Amino acid sequence: MSDPLTRTWLLVGGVLAVLAVTTAVGQYLRARAERGGLNPSVVNDFNLRIRAWWLMSSVLAAAFLFPLWVTVLIFGLISFWSLREFITLTPTRPGDHRALFWVFFIITPAQFVLVGMGSQMYGVYSVLIPVYAFLFIPVRVAFSGDAKRFLERTAKIQAGLMICVYCLSHAPALMSLDIPGFRSPWDRARLLFFFVVIAQFGDVMQYFWQRMAGRRIIAPTINPNRTWESFLGTLGSCSLLGAALYWATPFGPLEAVGMSAVIALMGFAGGMTMSAIKRDRGVKDYGTLVTGHGGVLDRIDSICFAAPVFFHFTRLLHAEW
Amino acid sequence: MPGYNSANRTVTSFESTDAAMLATGAHDRDMNSAASSRGSNDDAAPPTASPPQTNRFIAGFLAALARLLSGFSVRWIDSQPDTCQRVYFANHTSHLDPLVLWAALPSEVRALTRPVAAHDYWIKTWLRRYIARKVFDALLIDRENVTVKNNPIRMMLEAIGTTNSLIVFPEGHRNTADELDEFKSGLYYLAKKRPDLELIPVYIDNVNRVLPRGEFLPVPLLSCITFGAPMWLEVKEPKDSFLKRARDAVIRLREMDREE
Repeated sequence: MSDPLTRTWLLVGGVLAVLAVTTAVGQYLRARAERGGLNPSVVNDFNLRIRAWWLMSSVLAAAFLFPLWVTVLIFGLISFWSLREFITLTPTRPGDHRALFWVFFIITPAQFVLVGMGSQMYGVYSVLIPVYAFLFIPVRVAFSGDAKRFLERTAKIQAGLMICVYCLSHAPALMSLDIPGFRSPWDRARLLFFFVVIAQFGDVMQYFWQRMAGRRIIAPTINPNRTWESFLGTLGSCSLLGAALYWATPFGPLEAVGMSAVIALMGFAGGMTMSAIKRDRGVKDYGTLVTGHGGVLDRIDSICFAAPVFFHFTRLLHAEW
Repeated sequence: MPGYNSANRTVTSFESTDAAMLATGAHDRDMNSAASSRGSNDDAAPPTASPPQTNRFIAGFLAALARLLSGFSVRWIDSQPDTCQRVYFANHTSHLDPLVLWAALPSEVRALTRPVAAHDYWIKTWLRRYIARKVFDALLIDRENVTVKNNPIRMMLEAIGTTNSLIVFPEGHRNTADELDEFKSGLYYLAKKRPDLELIPVYIDNVNRVLPRGEFLPVPLLSCITFGAPMWLEVKEPKDSFLKRARDAVIRLREMDREE
């Protein structure tokens, strides 16, 4: 198991097996829902999450097969699209137009170019958006001379940029972490793969446990599908999967459990937060906001919230910096 | 199928002499599928001028670009895309509107559909002239000095001929307010001269945020284009009530958009 290539194939094979099992469970639940007894929309959501997971896994194949910049580019495109959904949902005024142009065409590409340049640019890409874009956006909006709801508008653009671009960019950045004994391209890709698998598994598990044991709703006005039971169930299942996959990571078994729990916790938190935003805007999914679009943001909210935290924990505990 | 019964309604004031006169316009394209579906036009004089040289490749590229930039999704509610002669009328909030609506049509419909656009805007730069003439073969209307010769209704009738469709913005200008403006009467006169044309209401949502008035760089937000059920000018329907009915049809599409 010490050979990085073998470990990688084991991980990919294992994930495919887990995916196959959850897909089968999803199909079984759907059949039961069709006969009545189960809520079809919940089962449908469950299956949508599994499909997103399949999609994500195949996207991540790029991480194994191509150089770093291909993965960075793919995440950059996902980022761009989810930011599009976020800003479309957010009311802006014509005075924000120039600032938005900067956000989409200059700040977002710059962030991913910096990430693609590797860990030596960490000092730049970790402050580009939280410091420089944070200051630049209100200034640019102010220069266009529209004061109506100024703070609200700029805060919304900043939040969109932070969640959809800054946070998500930490997922491909995982591949540039310089971890002793974990430096081959296969190792690097496997860390990202581990992260995405745990986060997406958490998404699926949230629906599964909600269906199986959901009783005490955490915040009914935010999301009636998120209960304390599903929260604990998600945390537990992700920790178990993390423990089972520890050999694929630079972590020890216990550490892998802890890291997986952190990913699950942040993923759950991300789903909860995005639900609050959607509730405020009166939509159920970003996907239904504009008919016919997939709702990318609905699928990656957990990754957005978990990526920077997992990145920093891994970096602080293992990477050379 | 509400979209296909228009030929049956071509009864009252349509005369073949009109058709003959209109068919001499320079933009008839020989599209058998479109012409044969409209029996009453078959006795019109054959087209005299050669079709304009539009660039299919650039057109496809530009349509894809418009789709990418404005991220639009297309919905047809109680109607279907069709190559029969139509007038698409829509709300107008952005310079991108004609391009986006045109790009939202399937390519075989697109090839027969000409946007009606403001002359003063579309001749300003080389690129705009090129797009207007070679890509979507726009019918440019002079908004400032209307004479007998460039009367918009006459130009539209000539442009539509026996095969083409038009895209019009009956508000007459880009509207930045939330409410639709009153419609100008052009749509009414067009429908009166050619009661056989299907009038399709279209609601364009969010394109004004992609390219607001006074801006030249687009921001790639997501937009939505909704095509509604065809309507016609009723026999002896007064101008004002027809225009109100047309405007309400667009507003209804917007309400549907917001309910979902």
